[in-house]
Formats: sequence, structure tokens, C-alpha cells
Amino acid sequence: MVDQGVKILIVDDERPIRRFLRASLISHGHEVHEAETGIEALEQAARVKPDLIILDLGLPDMDGVEVTRKLREWTTTPIIILSVREKEEEKITALEAGADDYLTKPFGLGELVIRIKVALRHTFPVNDHSVFQTGTLKVDLAGHLVFLDGKNISLTPTEFQILRVLIWQNGKVVTQRQLLREVWGEAYSDESHLLQVNISNLRRKLEPEPAKPKYLLTETGVGYRINIVP
Amino acid sequence: MNDEYRRPDPDELLAKVQAEEQQTTRGKLKIFMGYAAGVGKTYAMLEAAHQRLNQKLDVIIGYVETHHRVETDALISGLEQLPMATLEYRGTHLREMDVDGILARHPFLVLVDELAHTNAPRCRHPKRYQDVEELLNAGINVYTTLNIQHIESLKDIVQQITGIAMHETVPDRIIEGAEIELVDLPPDELIQRLNEGKVYVSDQAARAITRFFRKGNLTALRELSLRRAAERVDLQMRDYMQTQEIQGPWPARERLLVCISSHPLSERLVRTGKRLADDSNAEWFVVYVETPERMRPANSHKERVSKTIRLAEELGAKVVSLTGHSVPEAVIDFARQNNITRIIIGKPVRPRFIELFRTSVADEIIRRSGPIDVNVISDESGPLKSSFFENLRPHRNWLRYLWSVLLVGIVTGLGFPIYSFIHPTNLVMLYLAAVVISAILWGRGPSMLASALSVLAFDFFFVEPHLSFTVADTQFLITFAGLLVVGLVISNLAGTVRDQVEVIQKREQQTSALYGLSKRLTESMDIESVMKTILEQLSLTFSRDAVILLPERDSLVVRAKTTELTLDENEVAVAVWAFEHKQPAGRGTDTLPAARVRYQPLITAHGAVGVLGAKPLETEKFISPEQRQLLESYGSLAALAIERAQMEEQAKKMQLTYVTEQLQTALLNSISHDLRTPLSTITGAFSGLMEAETAKKGTVHFDKKNRLELIETGVEESARLNRLVSNLLDMSRLEAGSLKLNLQPEDLQEVIGAALTRLAPLLSTREINMEIEPELPLIPMDASLIEQVFVNLLDNAVKFSKPDTPIEIRAYYTGGEVSISVSNPGEGIPQEDLEKIFDKFYRVRRKEDINGTGLGLSICKGFVEAHSGRIWAQNHPKGGAILTFTLPLRQDNSKEKTRG
Repeated sequence: MVDQGVKILIVDDERPIRRFLRASLISHGHEVHEAETGIEALEQAARVKPDLIILDLGLPDMDGVEVTRKLREWTTTPIIILSVREKEEEKITALEAGADDYLTKPFGLGELVIRIKVALRHTFPVNDHSVFQTGTLKVDLAGHLVFLDGKNISLTPTEFQILRVLIWQNGKVVTQRQLLREVWGEAYSDESHLLQVNISNLRRKLEPEPAKPKYLLTETGVGYRINIVP
Repeated sequence: MNDEYRRPDPDELLAKVQAEEQQTTRGKLKIFMGYAAGVGKTYAMLEAAHQRLNQKLDVIIGYVETHHRVETDALISGLEQLPMATLEYRGTHLREMDVDGILARHPFLVLVDELAHTNAPRCRHPKRYQDVEELLNAGINVYTTLNIQHIESLKDIVQQITGIAMHETVPDRIIEGAEIELVDLPPDELIQRLNEGKVYVSDQAARAITRFFRKGNLTALRELSLRRAAERVDLQMRDYMQTQEIQGPWPARERLLVCISSHPLSERLVRTGKRLADDSNAEWFVVYVETPERMRPANSHKERVSKTIRLAEELGAKVVSLTGHSVPEAVIDFARQNNITRIIIGKPVRPRFIELFRTSVADEIIRRSGPIDVNVISDESGPLKSSFFENLRPHRNWLRYLWSVLLVGIVTGLGFPIYSFIHPTNLVMLYLAAVVISAILWGRGPSMLASALSVLAFDFFFVEPHLSFTVADTQFLITFAGLLVVGLVISNLAGTVRDQVEVIQKREQQTSALYGLSKRLTESMDIESVMKTILEQLSLTFSRDAVILLPERDSLVVRAKTTELTLDENEVAVAVWAFEHKQPAGRGTDTLPAARVRYQPLITAHGAVGVLGAKPLETEKFISPEQRQLLESYGSLAALAIERAQMEEQAKKMQLTYVTEQLQTALLNSISHDLRTPLSTITGAFSGLMEAETAKKGTVHFDKKNRLELIETGVEESARLNRLVSNLLDMSRLEAGSLKLNLQPEDLQEVIGAALTRLAPLLSTREINMEIEPELPLIPMDASLIEQVFVNLLDNAVKFSKPDTPIEIRAYYTGGEVSISVSNPGEGIPQEDLEKIFDKFYRVRRKEDINGTGLGLSICKGFVEAHSGRIWAQNHPKGGAILTFTLPLRQDNSKEKTRG
């Protein structure tokens, strides 16, 4: 897999956090670089060219969102945001500024490792031959066909579009606004009820237990992601 | 006939409906009216009350005077009687109807005898009819009795018939709103009853009795009351026909106008106007014209005018005050604009020769009236004699006349040297100049005098033959006439202008006083300074004591007043009445006039905001209309300003709440950040270790060094979490006041050592320089608390300095106490923050976001102060901060206490 032995830049002003991340990530065979401030992060990113950046939102000199924007001006390196729960709005802005994923403190190492894997995965190629599969859900993107347990499920064009956007992101979180923009268009980016209705319809059609979703996961207050189940 | 006559006027219909609506909430008044005492009014009222009682209605007696007549007493027995209220006045006990008692009891119907009665001083209202109005307003029905001679508009006629002037009168509006039951008894029978001693006659009335109870009088009064009752029936009939759209010959609606002046005749005019208006069911106006000459009337005149105006208001007239150059002009203009059909005007009888020279106002109005009827009422008393002297305004005026005489003298003096060179008529021009100058400088009177003197002086000195009033050349007579006429005209014009200017100046003063107040009010923001401004301006313009009361919870509270004024309970009660009823009360008003202060409610669009009280000067019996108006303007300005200030206060309060909430949110964020960061590390470290144990071989490789690293971080962060939690606990102990000192003699060195051990991981990279005075004795302290103080101070020092810089601890004697300081190099503390850093949740703003809840130092302060010590911060001259605290060597045992 691609996630073995990559260069990771940890940006956090808390020494203890950096310390345990360093110890853990090195043990996973990664090469770890550290930065304490936003400026330092930008310098390091340019110098060591990391494969992935773990970025804390609350930095002493500049906001994590600002760092994300600056990074996105020249690099597509995946960025995972670390934040405390209150900063939900900031998480969304960070995701929309180009971050790939986020984790709420405190978090377990296992969760981080999974997110790193997802972030390192490339976006799913949507072309004439592409078929996406997770668990028993199979989506033929070119043929506009959806199968669950081998049975054909009929989706409305809007529902299919939503599914397509989520698949394209390949397990990364997609904010509500991004989804609305992609599926309905710029003018609808604040009409979150449209999304809620369609997601709940999708879940009824695709999830064995819609109340405990397995494929379409909600990131409360932020957006949705598709769960990649082997 | 056209439609208009058949259909009721919509306005009238509306008024009718409104009156009926008011009736439903207002109580109904029934008046048992008689033409003299002894006709049986009280008896008839009690009989009617018994009928209502038989209908199972709630009837009580509020006040009935039976004069101990057996028949009447018998009727009272079956009715509930409310006890009278007793008032003490100048040592005597007066009994009056208990209005509050009735209001509280709230019966369906209350009997109140003798409507025209004047209450004892100190009652709420001076007149009983005002009490009755309050009862009616409260929705209680009232039965009452009244003699015809007490009706306001009949006062003059009654006086003509009986020769007795009535003082206790009831305004006509009260009677108009009531149902009238006429109680009649033929005069012969009444006289017989009187002779039998069945009619009560007070001692005071005894002397009047022979004049009053004559058959002729009684017959006339009886006729008057019968007519009055018939008029009422007629009015009700017409009302009924109008609402039921019954066709009838509606008379064209008459509109009357009564002109009043300061002449005493005016009151009679108003009463006549009322009678005529009633007879013809007309709308009526009372008009007072202010002309430049009348704008500065003598006080006695002013008083009479405002008394007449009040009378007119009581009788139900629409009172209008006009300003104009001439009275007739203003009156006629007003009459035309308002479709007046008849003008009533008075004309004092004057000597015939004066009539030849000067047309009276009445004559002028008749001349201009056109289609409007004019009723002229004449009076024997003649024009106001006092006016001439009063208008002269003695002191300054005599001087002005003297000046104008002097000026004519000077002109004459100037004339001598030049008059031989010029034609004498040219000297006239000099005299005219003197007249003009007098007119401009000294006004109408002196200038007129100058005109007359000029003619005489010119004739005497400069017209042949000299030094004689005889005139040789008759041509000069034309010159004299010209000089005199031109002089008089100029005098008059200039005088008018002068008067107007004076009036304008006076208005200007009032306006600028108001402007000044409003400007100062807009400048003062908070309510205290608003009230101060109002009181200052009041005492400045009116030179009187004033007070402002504002509502607070359920009562009115004195919020600001001038120093000399004190209000007792009774005064406050008057203010409360004014506030609740939104009407002025107290001195100079109809309500509770015995009060010392006049209270005016401060009303805005949103209701009453408070009460403004102004105490008239002791010598002042009455407030002039202008003053009242100015006072009211002050009141409305004050009301707006107070309301604005109150709103501002409210807004400030809301802003404060908002800021507090924001602060709380920030605090919560900060605490949650501080709690989460160590928790994240601990969770992360442990999950890493778990993975190390459980992960499949080959994928993850935790070597020993990394495992140790994880364990170390976990332990350190647990300690950090513990510090934070114990700080929070300490803070809440301090806040709750449950901190108990366990004072023991301790070795300072040991306590410092314990703190250093606790912070060992944090201080591992730091050099600690200790400088402790050797022979330091044991210090009484609560070791655990002082240890926490050290921990917090050291933690603070670490946070605010670079990782590899030294930290210094010093302890030394300072007379009776030990000072201990912890210092670190670095930026130091901004000067303005030196004291604030001990405030709870205060954090110095810096570029780097240093963690902390802002609790540490405030806990230090709490703990040190619990030991009767002090703590402060200062900056080292070479940079860095020094935090010092003291501990006394002797702890007062009584201070083993609970801090709160």
C-alpha cells in the first residue's frame, strides 16, 4: 500500500501532542517532521515536501485555516485537521479551504491511522469503466447502475449525483455546502434541507439499517462521507 | 326637503355610540333635583334605593344627611351604610364620605347626598361632585341630590331671583351626563312644612331664610327647575329621534362664540353663552384674544382671565386662545373659519362722549359681522378703571416721560440759534425727529407726550407772537395739526412695534429656555444627570423647589430633588395618584389641592414614566397659563429624556449581559482546550501502546524507546491534567468560602522542595537558582496551600520564559514577615496588566497563545491573602517578571478562619 513509509509533517504548538504523534507514527514506519507555528509549517512544507500534513487549527501565530489556504496555493498534499470540538465552523471552513479530513481531539491512534490511509488514497477515478465497491454496495458510475447484494436499486438522478460526489472523494469527508454546490449548483449552497431529504432517501434505499448507517456516514455539523468497507 | 335633514350626522352618531360605550363601563348617575331644600329629594332618593334593593341589587349608602327627620330615618334603616372617614383638621374632627371605602367595597349602587357639597380641606377632591366622578369612573352607579340653584350656568339667574350669591356650584357637564328625576312640591306646601319645622335650616342659613323662602322666589325657582327638566327631556327626545332616524324638523346646528376679556363681565358672558348653547343645542366656543397691548397684562387681569377660562372649560365650552393685532379682526376671522352663527360679546357702558371718539370692540364686531348674529350684553360697572394705572408700570415709566420732555426741551434749545436763518416750519422737522426718537427709545406714551409738547413749544417759542400761545398767522394752524397728527401716528406705530418686540423677546426667552433644556438633556446621557439637569433648569427658570419620582417595582420613589424639599407619605400618595391617573394633581389642581406640591405626570407615547413635582412659592396663589404651559413643556421634554435614559440604561445592561456571556463562552473554550490537550495526548499515547501490543507483526514496529516516549508523555500530561483540575477545585473552594487554614510551623525550604518535586518533569530542562536567607525560622502556614502557590508561580514562570532560561527563587526577611519572590527572564508583564493578572480568568495578551485558564495567579492571591499576606507583580529592570508574596511570621490565631 501507498501509506507505508511516507513523509508526514506534524504541525501543533503542544509539545506533548507532537511527542506522542512522533513516537506513534515513527513506529508505523513513517518519517516525521515537526512544526510549532504556521510560519514554520509553511517553511517545512516547502522544504521537506511531505506526503501528508497533520495540522492543528489553534496555532499561536496564525489560524490553521489560513495555513491550509496558503498551502493549497501551491500543493495538493493531503491535509488532516486536528481540532477541539467547539471549532466546527472552522472545520468546515478548513475543509472548504482544501483540507482533506479532520479529527476531533482527543482521538485514538487507530482512528488517525485510518484517516491517514484514506487521505493518502487518490481520488476515485470516474471514467467509462469505473465500478466502485464498498461492502455489498456496488456502483457502476458509467452505467448509472447501483447494486446492493447483487440487486439493482433504482435511484433518482439527484440521489445518484450525491452518491457519485461521495464516491469521487473516496471516503474523505464532503461538506454539506460542497455537496449542494456539486449536485444542485452554487445558488443552492445554503439549502441544507434538500440534502437531508435526499440523504435520508438514499439511506432508506442503500442501508440495511437506515438508523445505523454503514455506507453513508454523517459527520455531525460538517458533512458526509462514504465508508470504505473491504 | 333635502336628505341631510333626514339622515343623522355620522359624527353625532359616532359620538352617541362612544357615549353609550363609555356608559357601559362608567357608572350611571341619577340626580334627584329639587328647587329648594325641603322638597323631599333625599326621601325620594331613598325610596328609589329601596326599590333597587328589592330587585336584589347591591345598594349601599355612601353619605346621606337625614337631618333627623323621622320618615327619612325610617327609610335608612333597611340599607347598608358605610362608615364615614374622619379627618383631623386644625384640631377639629371633620367627617366626610369615605371614597376609598366605597371604591374598595365596590357596590352596584351608592347613595351620595348633596352633590354640591364642598369637602373639608385635605380631602382628595375639593368638591363632592369630583368624588362622585371618581366613583362613576370606577363603574359604580350613583344616586345623588341637588338643588337647582347649585347648577353653574344658572348661578346668575338664581342670584337675580333671590339676591343670594351661590358659592357651591356643580358644573353643567355633570348634570348633562346624568338622568334627572325632578322632585317637586308646590311652594305653598313647602312654606307650610318650613313653618312646621320640617325643613332643616342651618344656623348660617337662618339669616337668609326670610329672603330665600318667599313665595315669589320659590315660584321662580320652581319654574326654573321645571324648565330645566323639560329641556333635558327635550334633549333626550331629540337624541332618541336622531339615533332612531325619526324624521323631524332638525334645527340647523347653531355654533356660538363667546368673546371674553379680563373684564369681570366675562364670567357672566360665559354663563349666558352656556345657557344659550343649551337652549339651542349648539356647540359653543369661548375665545380670548391676545393682542400686543394685552400681552403684558397686570397680574389681577391675568388671574381673572384664567379663572374665566377655567369656568368655560367646566361648563363644557371649547376654549380657544387667539393672537391677533386687533380683537374684532381676530374674532371675526375665527368666526368665519368655524362657521359660527352667533357671537356673544360684552360691552361696558361708557360715557356717551367717549363713544363719539372711540368705537368699542363690540361695535366694531357688529360692523364687520355680516351674516353672523351678535348678542351684546352690557354692564353698568363700566370699563376697567384700574387698567390705566396698571398699564403705566410706574417706576421706569415716569423716567421715560421725563426723558421725552427733556428731549423736546433740547430741540427747542437748538431751535433758538438757527431759527432766524430758516423758515419756522422747517423746525417742525426737528420736533418730528424728537417724537420719532421718543417713540423708539421710550415707547408710545412718552412719544405721544412729546408730540403734544412739540406743538405747544413750537407755537410758544417760534410762532409769532413769541412767548405766547396765540397765533398771528392762521396758516400755522395747519402746521400744528400736521405735526400733531404725524407725531401721534408715529408714536402709535412705534409703540406697537415696541410692544411686539417685547412680546417676541419674551417668547424668545421661553423658547430659548426650552431649547436650552432640550440641548442640555440631549447632552446628558445617564438618568441621574438627566434628572439633575431638569431640576437645575426648573429652579433656574421658575426659581422653585422640584422633585422627580420614578416607579421602582410597585411604588414611586423619589429619585432626585432640590435640597430644601422633603416629601412625606401624603405627598407621595398625591404623586402616586397623578402617576396612576396620568393627570396633574396636588396644589393648584382639582385633585388633592391641599398638597404643597403640584405633581405632573411625565407622559410619553409608551405611558407614564414618572412624576415631576414643582412646589409653587409660598406667596404665589396661582400659576399663570403661560407658566403652566411652560411647565408642561418642561414636563414632556423631561419625560422623553427620562424615557430615553431608561432605554439607554436597559441597552447598557443588555450589552453587559452580552459581554458577560461572551466572556463565559471564551472561558469555557479555554478550559475545554486546556482539558482536552492533555487528554488527547493521554488517549493518543495509550492507544499507541495498545496498538503496539495488538498489531500484527511486520506492519507496526514500536521499539523500546518509542514505547517509553509514549509512557512518559502520558504520565506528564496526567500530571498537567491534575494541576488544572486541582486549580479548578481550589478556585471553587475559594469562591465558596469553604477554605479552612490548617496552620502549622513549616520550613519554607521543604515546602519549596515539595513544589519542585511535583513540577520535576516540567522543570527538567530548567536551571533553578535559589537564594534563601539562612536563619529563616519556621513560618506558620498551611503547607498544602503554600505549596500550591509555589507550583502555580513556577508553572507561570515556565510558561512565560524561554525553555533554557533560569528561574530564580528568593526568600528574605522584611520586618515581621518573610518575602518570597519567583522571577523569570523574558518579556515581563505589560505595565497595565501588573495588577490585572491576579484577576480571575485574566490572561495577558501575547503573540504566542500560551495555555492557561487565568486561574493560577488568582488562586495564589486567594491563598496568600488567607494567610494575611500580600502578593504583587513587578518587572525586572533587565527584563522578565518578578512575582512576590509575603507571609507574616505571626499568625493571629483568631484569623484561623473561613475565607469568603
